[in-house]
This record gives sequence, structure tokens and C-alpha cells, in this order.
Amino acid sequence: MFTIRSKEFLSPTIARFIIEAPYVAPKRKAGNFVIIRVSDNGERIPITLVDSDPVEGTVTLIVQAIGKTTKELLTKEAGDTIPDLVGPLGKPTPLHANETIVCVGGGVGTAELLPITRALKESGNRILSIVGARSRDLIILEDEMRAASDALAVTTDDGSYGKKGFVTDELKEILDREKPDAVYAIGPLPMMKAVSALTKVYGVHTTVSLNALMVDGTGMCGGCRVSIGGRMKFACVDGPEFDGHAVDFDELIIRNRSYTVFEQESNRRFTEEHACAAQQASEVVR
Amino acid sequence: MSAINPLKPSQRMKIPREHAPERPALERNGDFVEVSLGFTSDQAVVEATRCLECTDPVCTTGCPVNIDIRSFIQLVMQRDFVGAARKIRESNYLPAICGRVCPQESQCEAVCTLGKKHEPVAIGKLERFVADYEMTNKLFVPPARTERRQEKVAVVGSGPSGLTCAAVLAQRGYSVSVFEALHAVGGVLRYGIPEFRLPRTVLDEEVDRVKGLGVEIQTNFVVGMTATVDELMDTWGYAAVYLATGAGTPHFMSIPGENLIGVFSANEFLTRVNLMRAYAFPQVDTPVRLGKRVAVVGGGNTAMDAVRTSRRLGAERAYLVYRRSRQEMPAREEEIHHAEEEGIEFLMLTSPVKIVDNGRHEVQGMICQKMALGEPDSSGRRSPIPIEGSEFTLDVETVIMAIGQSPNPVIQATTPGLKTGKKGTVAVGEKQETSRPGVFAGGDVSRGGATVILAMRDGKTAAAAIEEHLLSKAREVVEEAKASL
Repeated sequence: MFTIRSKEFLSPTIARFIIEAPYVAPKRKAGNFVIIRVSDNGERIPITLVDSDPVEGTVTLIVQAIGKTTKELLTKEAGDTIPDLVGPLGKPTPLHANETIVCVGGGVGTAELLPITRALKESGNRILSIVGARSRDLIILEDEMRAASDALAVTTDDGSYGKKGFVTDELKEILDREKPDAVYAIGPLPMMKAVSALTKVYGVHTTVSLNALMVDGTGMCGGCRVSIGGRMKFACVDGPEFDGHAVDFDELIIRNRSYTVFEQESNRRFTEEHACAAQQASEVVR
Repeated sequence: MSAINPLKPSQRMKIPREHAPERPALERNGDFVEVSLGFTSDQAVVEATRCLECTDPVCTTGCPVNIDIRSFIQLVMQRDFVGAARKIRESNYLPAICGRVCPQESQCEAVCTLGKKHEPVAIGKLERFVADYEMTNKLFVPPARTERRQEKVAVVGSGPSGLTCAAVLAQRGYSVSVFEALHAVGGVLRYGIPEFRLPRTVLDEEVDRVKGLGVEIQTNFVVGMTATVDELMDTWGYAAVYLATGAGTPHFMSIPGENLIGVFSANEFLTRVNLMRAYAFPQVDTPVRLGKRVAVVGGGNTAMDAVRTSRRLGAERAYLVYRRSRQEMPAREEEIHHAEEEGIEFLMLTSPVKIVDNGRHEVQGMICQKMALGEPDSSGRRSPIPIEGSEFTLDVETVIMAIGQSPNPVIQATTPGLKTGKKGTVAVGEKQETSRPGVFAGGDVSRGGATVILAMRDGKTAAAAIEEHLLSKAREVVEEAKASL
């Protein structure tokens, strides 16, 4: 059992959890994730490790209520427990030094980008960050990202906050102005695809983090297989970070929809069962 | 023990082999309840009287863990079923499991003297009967522990090999911790073998007995990631480590279309169903997406498990596609037989060449090629050769690849100085020792894909070697202390 130490909403549908995981906390590195289960009949889902406190023995997870499992997690409060949390999993981010790196985060992907941005900053790089979302209430971790960056730009699709437009518009401005050594992009697959397509034109190496469907997360099921430069890789153990210019995004976008019908069924049942608790979250998701 | 059966051998040979009742195929295709109901006590006694009580019991040498089969069968004959179970437990810690999943027809029963002219004694079914009898009647008494030892031993993986090693060492007085990556205990017995072959109540009970010996099991712990082998030894204070992480990395064929939706590794498919209980969706959260027509590629027990599971999940046509012929299939005879009864369609001497896209990145069919058998290969089996122009398309929406697994590389990659062997296995010597002092390995991680019983044998061998290693280290300490006086 893993006890939730604290829970804090970053937006109406996104919450930050600090969870007691004494074995995982001291081993976490930027880029790692954990697999959690929220209930005894629950599925195993991967969640990025945003932060950890080795002294306190806690890890930080930031979760957006989208499917049944994430919605159920967001009904949990400080003091509640989840049955399973295992990690750290995946390859940590390789760290460079003395480079200019653009870190691009989209939506809740900013939570996954934050630990990488911090690690890159701490290892002595110049960091230009771009954080984007559909609208103002989905912009998260702005202050944390600003603190980890030399410069930060914020965009929203609807212009309700920061600059109106996409993160790629802002990225293009940077690329037209100077040539960074690398780009890190984490967010929805279409956003990472668009970033990778743009940076390819400018010849800037780009790393993306792929959230494929997983069962075990340790290389056992092969459900998370992705095509990288035409070769089969497992996102859980070979990744989750890959060269964005080599990723077959279209294939992954389709593969991630394999279980949409089932997910909707789970979601519908959960919403009915937890009508009150889920009402608020589901309204915002729609 | 001398012979106790009053019947003459010629009379015993006239008794036909008992057959355990099985649930009808149509009934069992609708659920995940066990196929074989096992012997009744009367059946068990009759079957036991068939044993010739050979003075040189070859069955014991045919058993990878050398169970004293003759003695346990004599106890069955005398209706001392609990005594029989205890006799087995002297050599095998998980008899209710072995009685169900061992390939007896190629081990103990293959060498049974009675089997030369008649059908061999049903040793497997007798083993299962006495283990179940002990379990059902709650007559299990944990074996006495020898003296308490100071040293702690870490066992990595809670499959058959790890559980066996842990049980032996705990009984020898060591503090044993088992580290399991998944959230549930049992390894391949949990995620791989379906409930219709090994009911979860049986597995849970056997696991509880190992825990009852004082073994501590830490789930959600990936050795290599949560802690490395060196950290377990240097920081956590484990004096020895047994690596029993199995062969968990699934193989694919490298043919076009393997990333289409509807293609699974057998590992993923079976893990969804067995570990995550996807058959109960939406009561549980993990689904499994299965078409009405399913092809499983492979000829081993995993392939049988996957194809029979597909049938139970509602597949109208379930094909088993294997590149050699039925004789070369490595699966247990009983499973092949059950699969045939359950309406599985066997496509022998057939190999996939391409999986066809329906235009929406989903499986529409599988193009296969017919094969002919050539000369025997290194495994002794005749190797398949493609027949040109024999391609045909199999109409399926789901393809499950059950063509083998190799060890997960995480421990090999994070343990400096750990030598590896063929196909990513951990290299071991006769006593399961690795290139790193104090680190032992066995089961599929060193074999690359074998049976439950061989994994258990390795676990036993390693436990003995670990005890020897720790005792000799303790002696060194004493001698050094003496020398320094």
C-alpha cells in the first residue's frame, strides 16, 4: 500500500499527488516513470515521476483526469492509499552540458517535461522553454518551469493566456532567430509530431517522450511497441524518450486508440457509479 | 521400502490406467474453470496398485527433482494420502502445481517400466491428487525449521524457481526476501499459465505455504531499477542473491504488419487475461481486444494456453499455426489433446509471412506459407523449409505471437561483471553460480525458456549452493578471527 501524503489541484482536472514510496524516491532520475494501480481491480498505468524527496521518501505525480483510472485517482485524498506503485522505470534522460536547449511542453505533458528541464538546467545548459495548452485553466507549473528556465514563453490555443497560438509558432520564432543544440518536446502526440516536423526542417535534434499503452511497464508484454526509424522498440524499456525525427507518430496515434471503446465503457460506468464525485471532472473534460 | 502390493506383477499389468474425469469441452469453452477434475480417492488407490514397485525405480531418475515416486505411490496404495504428500514435499515444494503443469509424459511416466508394454502409471495425476487432498482437508503441516541462521538471502523473482529456492533456504534457517516486479506473486504461474490449467486458489495456497516458512515477499520491486544487485548486497545487507527472473521478453517474427492493432505477444495477451483478469471486464479495468477469428503462432505450451484462452473469450475460429508437424510440437501432450477437444484448428507445417492491414491499421488477415520438413536441426527437430508458391491468406482479426521469450536484460545490464550466455541468458555453472561471487541464477533466466520443474530443480540446486557458500564464508570469518588472535 502506498499512502498519499498530499493532493493539490493545479487545474480543475489536474492534481499533484505526493505519495510515500520510500524505495522509489532515492532512485528517481529525470525521465523515469512508475506504473500504478489505483484499486484492486484496477489497470496498470504509467505515470511520469515529476519529482521526489529521498529524505521524506516521497514521489510527486501529476495526473489529469481523463480515463476511468485517472478519474478514480483524482477522487483520492491525502491519507488514502493506492495498492501499487512500482519503479523507477524507463531510461533516464541523457544529460548534456553547455548547450542551448528548447524545452516544449503541451498540456499535462508539461508535468513530464519539468523534471527533464530541471535536470538539463542543473547540468549547465541554457534553457528556453515553451509551455502551451488549449486554454488558460490547463496551463500548469508555469512558475516551476520559469524557475528552471532562462526564458519562458506561454501560449494558449484560444488566447485566454499568454500568446494566442500553438507552441510550434513560438518554437519557429526561436528557430528563425538562433539554432539551439537540441529540443525536448513532451505533450499530446499530435503536438510532438508537429514539433518534430518543424525541427527536422531546421535540422535540430529533437527528443520526445512516448506514452504508449502499457501493461507491465518492464518489457514483458510488448504492448507499447513503437516504430523508431522502421525498427520495433518497446517504449517502456527502450524509451520512453526517442528521437522525434525517427518516430512513426501516425502509427502510435492509431495504436493508442486500440482500446477507445473499452475506455469509454469503463468511463461511463465510473461516471454513473460516482455521479457526484465525477460530475465536476467530467464536465471540464467535455 | 520393500514391495507391499499383494498383487503379482502380472495381475497389476491387467489393471487399466485410470483416467481422471474431465469437464466436457463445450462446457469448459465457456469459462476458466479447471479442465481436469483429478482422481477420486478410490481411483488414486487403484492407480497406485498398478505400480510395479521396481527395485530400481527409474521414475525417480526421470524426475528432474528426483521425487521418491515409488514410496509416495506405496503410501497412496495404503491410503496414507497425507504421508504421500509429505514424501513428495521432501523433494518438491510445489506438488499441487507440478501435478498439473509438468510434462510427465516426457519425464517420470516416459521411463515407467509398466509403460514399456502397457500404459505407464499416472504419476502426475497421483501427485496432484495427494497434494489436493492435503490442501482440501487442511492437513498441511509446515516442515520444521532447522537452526536460525544470521545471513539474509535475496531471491529475485517469485516464479517457480524463486519460490522453490526461497522455501528451501527458509527451511534451512535463513532470512529470505523475495523481490517481485509485478503486483502479484507467482511469476509465470500467475501471468502466463491460465486458470483452467492452474486454478488461482491452488497457486495462492502454495504461495501462502512458502510465506508460512517465514519468507518475506516484496511485490512492486524491480531489481535492476528499484535497487541493483550490488545495492541489495552492499546496502541492504543480503549475503547472497538468487536471480530467478525468468524469460519475460517476448519475441516477434520481424514480418510486415506486426505493429497492427490486433497483434499481441502471447505475454501481453495472457498477462491481460491471467494477471489482470480481463475476462471480467468491465468489472475489472483491464480490457482485452479480441476478434472472432484468432490465429496463435507457435507450438509450445504458451501457444496452447493462448489459443485455448482465445476460445474461452469467445473466438469462433481459433487457429494454431505451427511451422513444424504435430510430432515436433513442444507442448504437453495433454494440452494438445485438450486443445483438439476444444475445437482448436491446427494448421501444421504453416508459417506466417505477412499480416494484412484492413486500411485502418487493424489486422484483416495473415498470409501464410506451407512448409516441408527437412533435416534435423541443432535441437534435433526436423527443420521446416518453405514450399514456394504455397501462400494462402488466413481470415483473422487477431494474431498472437507465441514463438518464444528471452530473459529480460535489466539485471544483466545493471550488474557489472555478471557474465551472460546465449540469447541474453545469465551464464551459470553446475551449482547455478554466476561469474559474481555470492550471486546465483536459475530457471528461465539461465535456460532461456524451459519448464516449471526444471526451474524448480535449479532453485533447489542454487539453495544448496548458497548454503554451502554462506557456510564456507562463515568458516573463513572464524578462521581469520582465530588467526588474528
